[in-house]
Amino acid sequence: MIALETHNLTVSYDKQPVLWDIDFTIPEGKLVGIIGPNGSGKTTLLKAAMGILPADSGYSRVFEKPVDKVRERMSYVPQRQSVDWDFPATVMDVACMGRYRKGRLFGRLSRTDREIAINALERVDMLPLAKRQISELSGGQQQRVFIARSLAQQADLYLMDEPFVGIDAASEEAILNLLRSMRSEGKTVILVHHDLHTALQFFDWVVLLNTRLIGAGPIEEVLTEENLTKAYGGKLNLLSRIADLIGSKGYPIREKSSEE
Amino acid sequence: MLDINLIWVLAGCALIGAGSSVVGVFTFLRKESLVGDAVAHSLLPGVVLAFMLFQLKSIWILFPGALIAGWLSLLSISGITQYSKIKPDTAIAIVLSVFFAVGIVLLTNVQQGTYGNQAGLDTFIFGKAASMLPSEINLFILVDLILIGTIFLFYPYLKLFVFDPEFSRAIGLPVRLLNFLLSTLTVLAVATGIQAVGVVLMAALIITPAAAARFFTNSLKALIFIAVLIGVISSVCGVMISYTAPSMPTGPWIVMVLSLVAVFSFIFSPKKGILSRYLLRKRHLVKMTDENVLKAMYHITNQSHKRAVGITVLSEARRFDGQQLGASLKRLLKSNEIQRENADIALTEKGNERAARVVRLHRLWELYLNKRMNIAEDHVHNDAEAIEHIITPELEAELVKDLGYPESDPHHSEIPGIKSFRK
Repeated sequence: MIALETHNLTVSYDKQPVLWDIDFTIPEGKLVGIIGPNGSGKTTLLKAAMGILPADSGYSRVFEKPVDKVRERMSYVPQRQSVDWDFPATVMDVACMGRYRKGRLFGRLSRTDREIAINALERVDMLPLAKRQISELSGGQQQRVFIARSLAQQADLYLMDEPFVGIDAASEEAILNLLRSMRSEGKTVILVHHDLHTALQFFDWVVLLNTRLIGAGPIEEVLTEENLTKAYGGKLNLLSRIADLIGSKGYPIREKSSEE
Repeated sequence: MLDINLIWVLAGCALIGAGSSVVGVFTFLRKESLVGDAVAHSLLPGVVLAFMLFQLKSIWILFPGALIAGWLSLLSISGITQYSKIKPDTAIAIVLSVFFAVGIVLLTNVQQGTYGNQAGLDTFIFGKAASMLPSEINLFILVDLILIGTIFLFYPYLKLFVFDPEFSRAIGLPVRLLNFLLSTLTVLAVATGIQAVGVVLMAALIITPAAAARFFTNSLKALIFIAVLIGVISSVCGVMISYTAPSMPTGPWIVMVLSLVAVFSFIFSPKKGILSRYLLRKRHLVKMTDENVLKAMYHITNQSHKRAVGITVLSEARRFDGQQLGASLKRLLKSNEIQRENADIALTEKGNERAARVVRLHRLWELYLNKRMNIAEDHVHNDAEAIEHIITPELEAELVKDLGYPESDPHHSEIPGIKSFRK
């Protein structure tokens, strides 16, 4: 079974193309890293693959179905800094948000939902802090709460945006162990990751990116010296100059945006 | 005593205060306070146009006009940000001033025209709550029911959407619809308030209750409840003030009372207020002095191998300020951490323990900075002087463990009491 497939995905952010013709498949049950230098479109790829950012062209499929049909089987962990942690909510409140579903009448939660959320908090070792205000958490604790919310969704495909940024060593190890045990349960976990050194220990499959796809596949096949030079080579290429031009003039790059 | 007219005005303003406070909590949490202000100003042309079309001053005619104008202003803001390179704050300012200017032009036009009953239309600028009709009260009740009912029904979704819109989108919630819903509620709340408070001051009635309430609670439900309480009480107070002093305007007084409540919250809030933060600082300074006195006594007695310390010796050891030292010694005597021995003073067992802990924390921190942060031995003392008063017992245990139960610091002084950390 293929967990995630993107087909010719081209995406713009703020009218500037940041991803060109991204085409790859990821099999089920892998721990996958999306890797590339700053500004290479890692986050954009994650969002476009989930369909929360519109694509100029191309499409993505999850478990061989259109994304909107399988939302219940996908779970998303946004970047920790993307929300305001001063929001008046407790750790438990956030974990419970993983149980909200489209179409459930007015979003009220059952006792089972709460038990699932409690279980999720337990797995990330945050249950003792369930009643704590989220504004009082450390960076690593915030990240673990976000992961608990995601676990509470009980999905099969997990997409996480930089879960290892700005957290302490203990949280990093706890999260990594959790991800590995999720993989052994047959879940597919895809994470945006910017640190090349740790990538080698973490992942068994990578998507190497620098606005275009450099390589996707088993880590030892993709992270070759040649590919890394292509991704991190540093020199601006013609592609990025074209993208800048498009962004500054606001040219459309497709006559029609093609939806599947 | 109370005349019936006053009761209508009180009821009307209380309803307006409640409705706008509920909605304001969400506006406040979405950091869209300025959008609320822009919407309020933008209602004016809608109100005047509605009057010009129907030549009636009934609220049931003017209110829909206000709603449409409010909605158009929101659309304009998002349109400008989406289709141009103009940033949101600029778009808000443009829409606010353009709509308001159009409103004033139309209003001047109407007042010079031959409509007959146009007098009083200008009250929408600053509001005039001196009289309210039962039919208007009915409208306010209806709007409040819609506002509170909608928020109650969709509470979990709204909470998630305001906290984390991207996650909401990822799980397939209709975020456009939720956004539309919240915007509509804002326009509704603002439009009901303009008669009492006026378009210029309406933003205060939306935002201030939530901003003030935020100082008192960390729970969203309580935040809504307290905001409503503040909104209603301020509205009622504003009406009463303008009633007892007849030449006083209602709307500005409501805003004045609201602002007083906000300033009060800002100063006196139990946890986040500046007063409690000031006191916390003060208490910490006292704690620092006390611990430094204990620490100095610890060092002196350990060197002299005598239990008692003379006050002069102590005072010279750290060049304590005489007054501060006196106050500190009084506190330490009272807390039973030191005791008198003839003319001198000595550490009690309790005081010795606390002093030893401070010394331990000092040396642990020096060691940590030296070993883990690669700071030279002769540069770590000053930091440790501050940090020794801050480290909690949990952090202390972690520090001891992390450093491998060390017995001495970078200057080869003994770290006291490490053994008790080994299990």
